[in-house]
Amino acid sequence: MRWLQFAIDVLSLGSAYALMALGLVIVYGILRLVNFAYGELIMVAGYTMYLVSGSGLPWLVMAACAVLMSVVAGIATDYVAFRPVRNKTITAVLITSFAFSTLLQNAALLFISPRPRPVPLPEIFSRTVEIGGVVTPARNLITIAVAVVMLGLFSWLMRATVLGIAMRAAASHFTMARMLGVPANLIISSAFAISGLLAGVVSLLWIGRIGTVVPGIGLEPLLIAFIATVIGGMRSLQGAVLGGFLLALIDTSLNYTLPQELLKFRDAFTFSLVILILLWRPEGLIKGPASGRRT
Amino acid sequence: MLEVEGLEVRYGAVRAVRGASFAVARGELVALLGANGAGKSSTLMAIAGAVRTAGGSVRLEGADVTGQRPERMARLGVATVPETRDVFPDLTVSENLRLGAFTRRDGAAEIAGDRARFLDRFPILAERADQSAGTLSGGEQQMLVIARAMMARPRVLLLDEPSLGLAPVVVDRVFGMIAGLKAAGLTILLVEQNARKALSVADRAYVMRLGRIEAAGLAAELGTADALKALYLGSDA
Repeated sequence: MRWLQFAIDVLSLGSAYALMALGLVIVYGILRLVNFAYGELIMVAGYTMYLVSGSGLPWLVMAACAVLMSVVAGIATDYVAFRPVRNKTITAVLITSFAFSTLLQNAALLFISPRPRPVPLPEIFSRTVEIGGVVTPARNLITIAVAVVMLGLFSWLMRATVLGIAMRAAASHFTMARMLGVPANLIISSAFAISGLLAGVVSLLWIGRIGTVVPGIGLEPLLIAFIATVIGGMRSLQGAVLGGFLLALIDTSLNYTLPQELLKFRDAFTFSLVILILLWRPEGLIKGPASGRRT
Repeated sequence: MLEVEGLEVRYGAVRAVRGASFAVARGELVALLGANGAGKSSTLMAIAGAVRTAGGSVRLEGADVTGQRPERMARLGVATVPETRDVFPDLTVSENLRLGAFTRRDGAAEIAGDRARFLDRFPILAERADQSAGTLSGGEQQMLVIARAMMARPRVLLLDEPSLGLAPVVVDRVFGMIAGLKAAGLTILLVEQNARKALSVADRAYVMRLGRIEAAGLAAELGTADALKALYLGSDA
Protein backbone atom coordinates (compact mmCIF):
# COMPACT_ATOMS: atom_id res chain seq x y z
CA MET A 1 0.00 0.00 0.00
CA ARG A 2 2.84 2.28 0.92
CA TRP A 3 4.46 1.24 -2.34
CA LEU A 4 1.39 2.17 -4.35
CA GLN A 5 1.31 5.55 -2.65
CA PHE A 6 4.99 5.98 -3.45
CA ALA A 7 4.48 4.98 -7.09
CA ILE A 8 1.61 7.45 -7.55
CA ASP A 9 3.68 10.23 -5.97
CA VAL A 10 6.69 9.54 -8.17
CA LEU A 11 4.62 9.22 -11.33
CA SER A 12 2.59 12.38 -10.79
CA LEU A 13 5.59 14.49 -9.80
CA GLY A 14 7.63 12.92 -12.59
CA SER A 15 4.90 13.67 -15.12
CA ALA A 16 5.04 17.37 -14.30
CA TYR A 17 8.87 17.36 -14.29
CA ALA A 18 9.02 15.50 -17.61
CA LEU A 19 6.73 18.02 -19.33
CA MET A 20 8.78 20.91 -17.92
CA ALA A 21 12.04 19.38 -19.12
CA LEU A 22 10.65 18.60 -22.56
CA GLY A 23 9.61 22.23 -23.05
CA LEU A 24 13.13 23.39 -22.29
CA VAL A 25 14.98 20.78 -24.32
CA ILE A 26 12.92 21.21 -27.49
CA VAL A 27 14.42 24.69 -27.89
CA TYR A 28 17.86 23.70 -26.64
CA GLY A 29 18.09 20.80 -29.09
CA ILE A 30 17.68 23.12 -32.06
CA LEU A 31 19.26 26.39 -30.92
CA ARG A 32 21.81 25.08 -28.39
CA LEU A 33 20.35 27.69 -26.13
CA VAL A 34 18.98 27.39 -22.62
CA ASN A 35 15.95 29.63 -22.76
CA PHE A 36 16.01 31.24 -19.33
CA ALA A 37 12.71 32.94 -20.10
CA TYR A 38 11.06 29.50 -20.09
CA GLY A 39 9.85 29.93 -16.51
CA GLU A 40 8.09 33.14 -17.51
CA LEU A 41 6.02 31.23 -20.06
CA ILE A 42 4.65 29.33 -17.07
CA MET A 43 4.08 32.64 -15.30
CA VAL A 44 2.21 34.08 -18.31
CA ALA A 45 -0.23 31.17 -18.30
CA GLY A 46 -0.74 31.61 -14.55
CA TYR A 47 -1.52 35.30 -14.78
CA THR A 48 -3.81 34.70 -17.74
CA MET A 49 -5.82 32.37 -15.50
CA TYR A 50 -5.95 35.09 -12.84
CA LEU A 51 -7.00 37.78 -15.34
CA VAL A 52 -9.79 35.75 -16.92
CA SER A 53 -10.99 34.35 -13.59
CA GLY A 54 -13.79 36.92 -13.30
CA SER A 55 -15.15 36.20 -16.78
CA GLY A 56 -17.49 33.42 -15.69
CA LEU A 57 -16.30 31.20 -18.53
CA PRO A 58 -16.07 27.44 -17.94
CA TRP A 59 -12.71 26.44 -16.43
CA LEU A 60 -11.62 24.51 -19.53
CA VAL A 61 -12.11 27.57 -21.73
CA MET A 62 -10.06 29.70 -19.32
CA ALA A 63 -7.38 27.00 -19.30
CA ALA A 64 -7.32 26.98 -23.09
CA CYS A 65 -6.87 30.79 -23.05
CA ALA A 66 -3.97 30.43 -20.62
CA VAL A 67 -2.23 27.78 -22.72
CA LEU A 68 -2.81 29.85 -25.86
CA MET A 69 -1.23 32.87 -24.18
CA SER A 70 1.89 30.96 -23.23
CA VAL A 71 2.18 29.65 -26.81
CA VAL A 72 1.92 33.26 -28.02
CA ALA A 73 4.49 34.31 -25.40
CA GLY A 74 6.77 31.51 -26.58
CA ILE A 75 6.61 32.67 -30.18
CA ALA A 76 7.06 36.27 -29.01
CA THR A 77 10.22 35.20 -27.19
CA ASP A 78 11.61 34.06 -30.50
CA TYR A 79 10.69 37.26 -32.37
CA VAL A 80 11.60 39.78 -29.67
CA ALA A 81 14.51 38.23 -27.88
CA PHE A 82 16.21 35.74 -30.16
CA ARG A 83 15.74 36.51 -33.80
CA PRO A 84 17.56 39.86 -33.61
CA VAL A 85 20.65 38.33 -31.99
CA ARG A 86 20.56 34.81 -33.37
CA ASN A 87 23.67 35.22 -35.48
CA LYS A 88 25.65 36.80 -32.66
CA THR A 89 27.69 34.92 -30.07
CA ILE A 90 26.08 32.42 -27.72
CA THR A 91 26.84 34.84 -24.86
CA ALA A 92 24.74 37.56 -26.46
CA VAL A 93 21.83 35.17 -26.89
CA LEU A 94 22.15 33.89 -23.33
CA ILE A 95 22.09 37.41 -21.91
CA THR A 96 19.08 38.33 -24.06
CA SER A 97 17.27 35.33 -22.68
CA PHE A 98 18.00 36.49 -19.10
CA ALA A 99 16.94 40.03 -19.98
CA PHE A 100 13.64 38.89 -21.47
CA SER A 101 12.97 36.77 -18.40
CA THR A 102 13.63 39.71 -16.06
CA LEU A 103 11.54 42.00 -18.22
CA LEU A 104 8.51 39.72 -18.08
CA GLN A 105 8.84 39.19 -14.32
CA ASN A 106 9.12 42.90 -13.68
CA ALA A 107 6.15 43.61 -15.91
CA ALA A 108 4.14 41.26 -13.69
CA LEU A 109 5.46 43.00 -10.56
CA LEU A 110 4.66 46.43 -11.92
CA PHE A 111 1.32 45.90 -13.61
CA ILE A 112 -0.19 43.20 -11.44
CA SER A 113 1.32 42.79 -7.97
CA PRO A 114 4.25 41.28 -6.12
CA ARG A 115 1.71 39.50 -3.90
CA PRO A 116 0.21 36.10 -4.73
CA ARG A 117 -2.92 36.23 -6.87
CA PRO A 118 -5.57 33.51 -6.77
CA VAL A 119 -6.04 31.31 -9.78
CA PRO A 120 -9.34 29.54 -10.45
CA LEU A 121 -9.15 25.79 -10.05
CA PRO A 122 -11.72 23.24 -11.20
CA GLU A 123 -13.54 21.50 -8.41
CA ILE A 124 -12.04 18.14 -9.37
CA PHE A 125 -8.53 19.39 -8.45
CA SER A 126 -9.41 19.47 -4.76
CA ARG A 127 -11.16 16.09 -4.68
CA THR A 128 -9.46 12.94 -3.49
CA VAL A 129 -9.88 9.43 -4.84
CA GLU A 130 -9.18 6.05 -3.34
CA ILE A 131 -7.42 3.35 -5.33
CA GLY A 132 -6.26 0.09 -3.76
CA GLY A 133 -6.73 1.49 -0.31
CA VAL A 134 -4.63 4.55 -1.05
CA VAL A 135 -6.18 8.00 -0.79
CA THR A 136 -4.65 10.46 -3.20
CA PRO A 137 -5.62 13.85 -4.65
CA ALA A 138 -7.39 13.49 -7.99
CA ARG A 139 -5.00 16.18 -9.20
CA ASN A 140 -2.13 13.69 -9.11
CA LEU A 141 -3.96 11.25 -11.35
CA ILE A 142 -4.98 14.07 -13.69
CA THR A 143 -1.32 15.10 -13.93
CA ILE A 144 -0.33 11.57 -14.91
CA ALA A 145 -3.14 11.33 -17.47
CA VAL A 146 -2.29 14.72 -18.97
CA ALA A 147 1.38 13.77 -19.25
CA VAL A 148 0.50 10.50 -21.00
CA VAL A 149 -1.65 12.39 -23.52
CA MET A 150 0.92 15.17 -24.04
CA LEU A 151 3.86 12.79 -24.42
CA GLY A 152 1.85 10.67 -26.85
CA LEU A 153 0.87 13.72 -28.86
CA PHE A 154 4.42 15.01 -28.84
CA SER A 155 5.88 11.71 -29.93
CA TRP A 156 3.32 11.46 -32.74
CA LEU A 157 4.16 15.00 -33.88
CA MET A 158 7.89 14.30 -33.95
CA ARG A 159 7.63 10.94 -35.74
CA ALA A 160 4.63 11.11 -38.03
CA THR A 161 4.51 14.69 -39.32
CA VAL A 162 6.89 16.29 -41.80
CA LEU A 163 7.33 19.25 -39.45
CA GLY A 164 8.35 16.92 -36.62
CA ILE A 165 10.78 15.00 -38.82
CA ALA A 166 12.23 18.32 -40.00
CA MET A 167 12.66 19.49 -36.40
CA ARG A 168 14.52 16.32 -35.48
CA ALA A 169 16.67 16.74 -38.58
CA ALA A 170 17.41 20.38 -37.75
CA ALA A 171 18.55 19.33 -34.28
CA SER A 172 21.45 17.40 -35.78
CA HIS A 173 22.34 19.27 -39.00
CA PHE A 174 20.60 22.60 -39.16
CA THR A 175 22.26 23.88 -42.34
CA MET A 176 21.66 20.62 -44.17
CA ALA A 177 17.99 20.76 -43.24
CA ARG A 178 17.87 24.29 -44.68
CA MET A 179 19.53 23.08 -47.88
CA LEU A 180 16.62 20.66 -48.25
CA GLY A 181 14.28 23.64 -48.13
CA VAL A 182 13.30 23.54 -44.45
CA PRO A 183 12.91 27.21 -43.46
CA ALA A 184 15.02 28.04 -40.41
CA ASN A 185 12.45 30.47 -39.03
CA LEU A 186 9.62 27.94 -39.25
CA ILE A 187 11.60 25.36 -37.28
CA ILE A 188 12.69 27.81 -34.59
CA SER A 189 9.25 29.37 -34.17
CA SER A 190 7.70 25.90 -33.99
CA ALA A 191 10.15 24.91 -31.27
CA PHE A 192 9.24 28.00 -29.26
CA ALA A 193 5.52 27.39 -29.83
CA ILE A 194 5.78 23.79 -28.61
CA SER A 195 7.84 25.01 -25.66
CA GLY A 196 5.05 27.48 -24.87
CA LEU A 197 2.38 24.78 -25.20
CA LEU A 198 4.19 22.53 -22.74
CA ALA A 199 4.81 25.46 -20.38
CA GLY A 200 1.11 26.36 -20.47
CA VAL A 201 -0.01 22.84 -19.65
CA VAL A 202 2.63 22.52 -16.93
CA SER A 203 1.49 25.84 -15.51
CA LEU A 204 -2.08 24.60 -15.01
CA LEU A 205 -0.85 21.48 -13.23
CA TRP A 206 1.85 23.25 -11.22
CA ILE A 207 -0.24 26.18 -10.08
CA GLY A 208 -3.03 23.72 -9.38
CA ARG A 209 -0.99 22.50 -6.41
CA ILE A 210 -0.89 25.90 -4.72
CA GLY A 211 -3.78 27.83 -6.24
CA THR A 212 -1.93 31.14 -6.55
CA VAL A 213 0.46 32.82 -8.95
CA VAL A 214 3.40 35.14 -8.13
CA PRO A 215 5.89 36.85 -10.49
CA GLY A 216 8.64 34.39 -9.56
CA ILE A 217 6.47 31.30 -10.06
CA GLY A 218 8.55 30.15 -13.04
CA LEU A 219 11.89 29.91 -11.29
CA GLU A 220 11.38 26.53 -9.67
CA PRO A 221 9.99 24.82 -12.80
CA LEU A 222 12.89 26.31 -14.82
CA LEU A 223 15.41 24.94 -12.34
CA ILE A 224 13.71 21.54 -12.25
CA ALA A 225 13.58 21.42 -16.05
CA PHE A 226 17.24 22.39 -16.28
CA ILE A 227 18.40 19.76 -13.78
CA ALA A 228 16.21 17.09 -15.39
CA THR A 229 17.66 17.81 -18.82
CA VAL A 230 21.21 17.84 -17.48
CA ILE A 231 20.64 14.42 -15.91
CA GLY A 232 18.86 13.04 -18.94
CA GLY A 233 21.16 14.51 -21.59
CA MET A 234 20.79 18.10 -22.76
CA ARG A 235 20.10 17.26 -26.36
CA SER A 236 17.87 14.23 -26.13
CA LEU A 237 14.08 14.45 -26.01
CA GLN A 238 13.80 10.99 -24.45
CA GLY A 239 16.53 12.00 -22.02
CA ALA A 240 14.50 15.00 -20.85
CA VAL A 241 11.54 12.78 -20.01
CA LEU A 242 13.73 10.17 -18.34
CA GLY A 243 15.55 12.89 -16.39
CA GLY A 244 12.24 14.32 -15.21
CA PHE A 245 11.03 11.01 -13.85
CA LEU A 246 14.41 10.23 -12.30
CA LEU A 247 14.53 13.57 -10.52
CA ALA A 248 11.01 12.97 -9.22
CA LEU A 249 12.10 9.54 -8.00
CA ILE A 250 15.04 11.08 -6.12
CA ASP A 251 12.92 13.87 -4.61
CA THR A 252 10.10 11.56 -3.56
CA SER A 253 12.47 8.93 -2.13
CA LEU A 254 14.14 11.59 -0.02
CA ASN A 255 10.74 12.86 1.13
CA TYR A 256 9.87 9.36 2.29
CA THR A 257 13.16 8.44 3.93
CA LEU A 258 14.77 11.58 5.32
CA PRO A 259 14.11 12.27 9.01
CA GLN A 260 12.01 15.34 9.71
CA GLU A 261 14.91 17.58 10.81
CA LEU A 262 16.88 16.84 7.62
CA LEU A 263 13.94 17.33 5.25
CA LYS A 264 14.60 21.03 4.85
CA PHE A 265 18.00 20.11 3.39
CA ARG A 266 16.38 17.84 0.83
CA ASP A 267 17.65 19.84 -2.14
CA ALA A 268 21.23 19.44 -0.89
CA PHE A 269 20.77 15.68 -0.97
CA THR A 270 19.11 15.85 -4.38
CA PHE A 271 21.95 17.86 -5.86
CA SER A 272 24.56 15.57 -4.32
CA LEU A 273 22.92 12.68 -6.13
CA VAL A 274 22.79 14.72 -9.34
CA ILE A 275 26.53 15.35 -9.01
CA LEU A 276 27.13 11.63 -8.60
CA ILE A 277 25.06 10.88 -11.70
CA LEU A 278 27.02 13.45 -13.67
CA LEU A 279 30.36 12.09 -12.46
CA TRP A 280 29.24 8.73 -13.79
CA ARG A 281 27.68 10.05 -17.04
CA PRO A 282 28.97 13.59 -17.73
CA GLU A 283 26.91 13.86 -20.90
CA GLY A 284 23.70 12.82 -19.21
CA LEU A 285 22.01 9.46 -19.40
CA ILE A 286 21.00 9.58 -23.06
CA LYS A 287 23.27 11.05 -25.69
CA GLY A 288 21.58 13.41 -28.09
CA PRO A 289 21.81 13.33 -31.88
CA ALA A 290 25.34 13.18 -33.25
CA SER A 291 27.14 16.52 -33.49
CA GLY A 292 25.74 19.57 -35.18
CA ARG A 293 26.63 23.22 -34.97
CA ARG A 294 24.72 26.10 -33.56
CA THR A 295 22.99 28.09 -36.24
CA MET B 1 21.02 27.10 -66.63
CA LEU B 2 23.52 28.09 -63.93
CA GLU B 3 25.89 31.01 -64.45
CA VAL B 4 28.48 32.13 -61.92
CA GLU B 5 30.34 35.36 -62.50
CA GLY B 6 33.19 36.91 -60.52
CA LEU B 7 32.25 34.97 -57.40
CA GLU B 8 34.10 35.97 -54.23
CA VAL B 9 34.04 34.14 -50.91
CA ARG B 10 35.97 35.30 -47.86
CA TYR B 11 36.49 33.78 -44.44
CA GLY B 12 37.74 36.74 -42.44
CA ALA B 13 40.94 37.82 -44.18
CA VAL B 14 41.21 34.63 -46.22
CA ARG B 15 40.00 34.95 -49.82
CA ALA B 16 38.85 31.43 -50.54
CA VAL B 17 37.27 32.19 -53.92
CA ARG B 18 38.68 35.04 -56.02
CA GLY B 19 36.48 35.99 -58.91
CA ALA B 20 35.47 32.58 -60.21
CA SER B 21 33.33 32.56 -63.37
CA PHE B 22 31.81 29.55 -65.09
CA ALA B 23 28.55 28.22 -66.45
CA VAL B 24 26.62 24.97 -66.56
CA ALA B 25 24.18 24.44 -69.43
CA ARG B 26 20.92 22.51 -69.11
CA GLY B 27 21.46 18.76 -68.97
CA GLU B 28 25.20 19.18 -68.72
CA LEU B 29 27.51 17.58 -66.15
CA VAL B 30 30.28 20.02 -65.35
CA ALA B 31 33.15 19.08 -63.05
CA LEU B 32 34.97 21.58 -60.86
CA LEU B 33 38.40 20.14 -60.21
CA GLY B 34 41.34 21.18 -58.09
CA ALA B 35 43.48 20.29 -55.12
CA ASN B 36 42.41 20.52 -51.52
CA GLY B 37 41.86 24.15 -50.55
CA ALA B 38 41.45 25.41 -54.12
CA GLY B 39 38.06 26.92 -53.25
CA LYS B 40 35.85 24.33 -54.94
CA SER B 41 33.64 23.55 -51.96
CA SER B 42 33.37 27.22 -51.02
CA THR B 43 32.19 27.97 -54.55
CA LEU B 44 29.58 25.23 -54.36
CA MET B 45 28.35 26.21 -50.89
CA ALA B 46 28.13 29.86 -51.98
CA ILE B 47 25.89 28.85 -54.89
CA ALA B 48 23.76 26.82 -52.45
CA GLY B 49 23.42 29.86 -50.20
CA ALA B 50 25.06 28.13 -47.26
CA VAL B 51 28.15 30.37 -47.38
CA ARG B 52 27.92 34.12 -47.79
CA THR B 53 29.24 35.62 -51.02
CA ALA B 54 31.54 38.64 -50.83
CA GLY B 55 31.04 39.62 -54.47
CA GLY B 56 30.03 38.44 -57.91
CA SER B 57 26.76 36.93 -58.98
CA VAL B 58 24.96 33.63 -59.35
CA ARG B 59 22.18 33.31 -61.93
CA LEU B 60 19.73 30.47 -62.25
CA GLU B 61 17.99 30.38 -65.67
CA GLY B 62 18.76 34.06 -66.05
CA ALA B 63 17.37 35.13 -62.66
CA ASP B 64 19.75 36.61 -60.12
CA VAL B 65 19.89 34.34 -57.06
CA THR B 66 23.07 35.69 -55.48
CA GLY B 67 23.14 35.45 -51.68
CA GLN B 68 19.75 33.77 -51.32
CA ARG B 69 19.14 31.76 -48.18
CA PRO B 70 19.72 27.99 -48.52
CA GLU B 71 16.05 27.14 -48.03
CA ARG B 72 15.17 29.53 -50.86
CA MET B 73 17.71 27.93 -53.20
CA ALA B 74 16.23 24.52 -52.42
CA ARG B 75 12.79 25.88 -53.24
CA LEU B 76 14.12 27.21 -56.55
CA GLY B 77 15.19 23.69 -57.50
CA VAL B 78 18.86 23.65 -56.55
CA ALA B 79 19.64 20.51 -54.54
CA THR B 80 22.93 20.34 -52.67
CA VAL B 81 24.91 17.36 -51.44
CA PRO B 82 27.72 18.74 -49.23
CA GLU B 83 31.02 16.92 -48.80
CA THR B 84 30.24 16.43 -45.12
CA ARG B 85 27.65 13.94 -46.37
CA ASP B 86 25.14 15.06 -43.78
CA VAL B 87 22.66 12.28 -43.34
CA PHE B 88 20.40 12.93 -40.39
CA PRO B 89 21.85 10.12 -38.26
CA ASP B 90 18.91 9.75 -35.88
CA LEU B 91 16.28 9.67 -38.59
CA THR B 92 15.53 6.45 -40.42
CA VAL B 93 16.59 6.04 -44.04
CA SER B 94 12.97 6.39 -45.00
CA GLU B 95 12.54 9.62 -42.99
CA ASN B 96 15.70 11.03 -44.56
CA LEU B 97 14.19 10.44 -48.00
CA ARG B 98 10.85 11.91 -46.92
CA LEU B 99 12.58 15.09 -45.85
CA GLY B 100 14.28 15.35 -49.23
CA ALA B 101 10.82 16.05 -50.65
CA PHE B 102 10.17 18.87 -48.17
CA THR B 103 9.84 21.55 -50.86
CA ARG B 104 7.42 19.54 -52.99
CA ARG B 105 3.80 20.57 -53.03
CA ASP B 106 2.44 17.63 -55.01
CA GLY B 107 0.58 14.92 -53.15
CA ALA B 108 1.85 12.54 -50.51
CA ALA B 109 1.13 9.66 -52.88
CA GLU B 110 3.49 11.07 -55.51
CA ILE B 111 6.23 11.55 -52.91
CA ALA B 112 5.73 8.06 -51.51
CA GLY B 113 5.92 6.74 -55.08
CA ASP B 114 9.29 8.44 -55.65
CA ARG B 115 10.57 7.11 -52.36
CA ALA B 116 9.51 3.59 -53.30
CA ARG B 117 11.30 3.94 -56.67
CA PHE B 118 14.55 5.00 -55.00
CA LEU B 119 14.33 2.17 -52.50
CA ASP B 120 13.73 -0.20 -55.43
CA ARG B 121 16.75 1.07 -57.27
CA PHE B 122 19.00 0.82 -54.21
CA PRO B 123 18.21 -2.46 -52.48
CA ILE B 124 20.76 -1.71 -49.75
CA LEU B 125 18.75 1.32 -48.72
CA ALA B 126 15.49 -0.62 -48.96
CA GLU B 127 16.81 -3.27 -46.59
CA ARG B 128 17.60 -0.55 -44.06
CA ALA B 129 14.59 1.69 -44.70
CA ASP B 130 13.55 1.67 -41.04
CA GLN B 131 17.06 1.70 -39.65
CA SER B 132 18.58 4.97 -38.47
CA ALA B 133 20.78 6.50 -41.14
CA GLY B 134 23.72 6.82 -38.74
CA THR B 135 24.18 3.05 -38.86
CA LEU B 136 24.86 3.01 -42.63
CA SER B 137 28.36 2.67 -44.08
CA GLY B 138 30.03 5.65 -45.76
CA GLY B 139 29.10 4.48 -49.26
CA GLU B 140 25.50 3.82 -48.27
CA GLN B 141 25.29 7.24 -46.66
CA GLN B 142 26.59 8.83 -49.87
CA MET B 143 23.93 7.05 -51.89
CA LEU B 144 21.30 8.08 -49.36
CA VAL B 145 22.21 11.78 -49.51
CA ILE B 146 22.18 11.75 -53.31
CA ALA B 147 18.84 9.92 -53.34
CA ARG B 148 17.54 12.35 -50.71
CA ALA B 149 18.57 15.32 -52.86
CA MET B 150 16.82 13.72 -55.84
CA MET B 151 13.59 13.36 -53.85
CA ALA B 152 13.16 17.12 -54.35
CA ARG B 153 13.05 16.57 -58.15
CA PRO B 154 15.66 19.33 -58.52
CA ARG B 155 16.55 21.27 -61.66
CA VAL B 156 20.21 21.43 -60.70
CA LEU B 157 22.21 19.10 -58.49
CA LEU B 158 25.33 20.37 -56.70
CA LEU B 159 27.55 17.47 -55.67
CA ASP B 160 30.54 18.01 -53.41
CA GLU B 161 33.29 15.36 -53.28
CA PRO B 162 31.07 12.29 -53.55
CA SER B 163 34.16 10.02 -53.61
CA LEU B 164 35.67 11.37 -50.40
CA GLY B 165 36.84 8.63 -48.05
CA LEU B 166 35.18 5.80 -49.98
CA ALA B 167 36.79 2.53 -51.11
CA PRO B 168 37.46 2.38 -54.90
CA VAL B 169 34.74 -0.19 -55.53
CA VAL B 170 32.23 2.00 -53.69
CA VAL B 171 33.41 5.09 -55.60
CA ASP B 172 32.63 3.21 -58.82
CA ARG B 173 29.12 2.49 -57.59
CA VAL B 174 28.53 6.14 -56.60
CA PHE B 175 29.80 7.36 -59.97
CA GLY B 176 27.56 4.82 -61.68
CA MET B 177 24.69 6.51 -59.86
CA ILE B 178 25.86 9.97 -61.00
CA ALA B 179 26.17 8.79 -64.62
CA GLY B 180 22.63 7.46 -64.36
CA LEU B 181 21.32 10.85 -63.21
CA LYS B 182 23.11 12.61 -66.05
CA ALA B 183 21.68 10.14 -68.54
CA ALA B 184 18.23 11.01 -67.19
CA GLY B 185 18.88 14.63 -68.21
CA LEU B 186 19.72 16.24 -64.88
CA THR B 187 21.98 19.31 -64.78
CA ILE B 188 24.88 18.60 -62.43
CA LEU B 189 27.80 20.57 -61.00
CA LEU B 190 30.30 18.10 -59.60
CA VAL B 191 33.13 19.17 -57.30
CA GLU B 192 35.88 16.53 -57.11
CA GLN B 193 39.51 16.02 -56.20
CA ASN B 194 39.52 12.67 -57.94
CA ALA B 195 39.96 14.17 -61.41
CA ARG B 196 40.12 10.97 -63.41
CA LYS B 197 36.88 9.73 -61.95
CA ALA B 198 35.14 13.06 -62.40
CA LEU B 199 36.30 13.44 -66.01
CA SER B 200 34.97 9.98 -66.80
CA VAL B 201 31.40 11.20 -66.31
CA ALA B 202 31.69 14.95 -67.03
CA ASP B 203 31.00 16.80 -70.28
CA ARG B 204 33.21 19.73 -69.42
CA ALA B 205 35.46 20.70 -66.55
CA TYR B 206 36.98 23.72 -64.88
CA VAL B 207 40.17 23.56 -62.86
CA MET B 208 40.44 25.75 -59.78
CA ARG B 209 43.60 26.80 -58.00
CA LEU B 210 43.95 29.22 -55.11
CA GLY B 211 40.41 30.44 -55.55
CA ARG B 212 40.66 31.11 -59.28
CA ILE B 213 39.59 29.21 -62.39
CA GLU B 214 42.89 28.27 -64.01
CA ALA B 215 41.75 26.14 -66.91
CA ALA B 216 38.61 25.04 -68.68
CA GLY B 217 37.83 22.57 -71.40
CA LEU B 218 35.98 19.50 -72.58
CA ALA B 219 36.38 16.56 -70.26
CA ALA B 220 37.87 14.44 -73.01
CA GLU B 221 40.60 17.04 -73.74
CA LEU B 222 41.42 17.85 -70.13
CA GLY B 223 41.69 14.20 -69.24
CA THR B 224 44.69 13.71 -71.49
CA ALA B 225 46.36 17.11 -71.22
CA ASP B 226 49.68 17.32 -69.41
CA ALA B 227 48.40 20.55 -67.91
CA LEU B 228 46.22 18.46 -65.69
CA LYS B 229 49.13 16.92 -63.88
CA ALA B 230 50.76 20.28 -63.48
CA LEU B 231 47.69 21.51 -61.67
CA TYR B 232 48.11 19.04 -58.82
CA LEU B 233 44.98 17.04 -59.20
CA GLY B 234 44.15 13.96 -57.18
CA SER B 235 47.01 11.56 -56.50
CA ASP B 236 45.83 9.16 -59.20
CA ALA B 237 45.51 11.79 -61.91
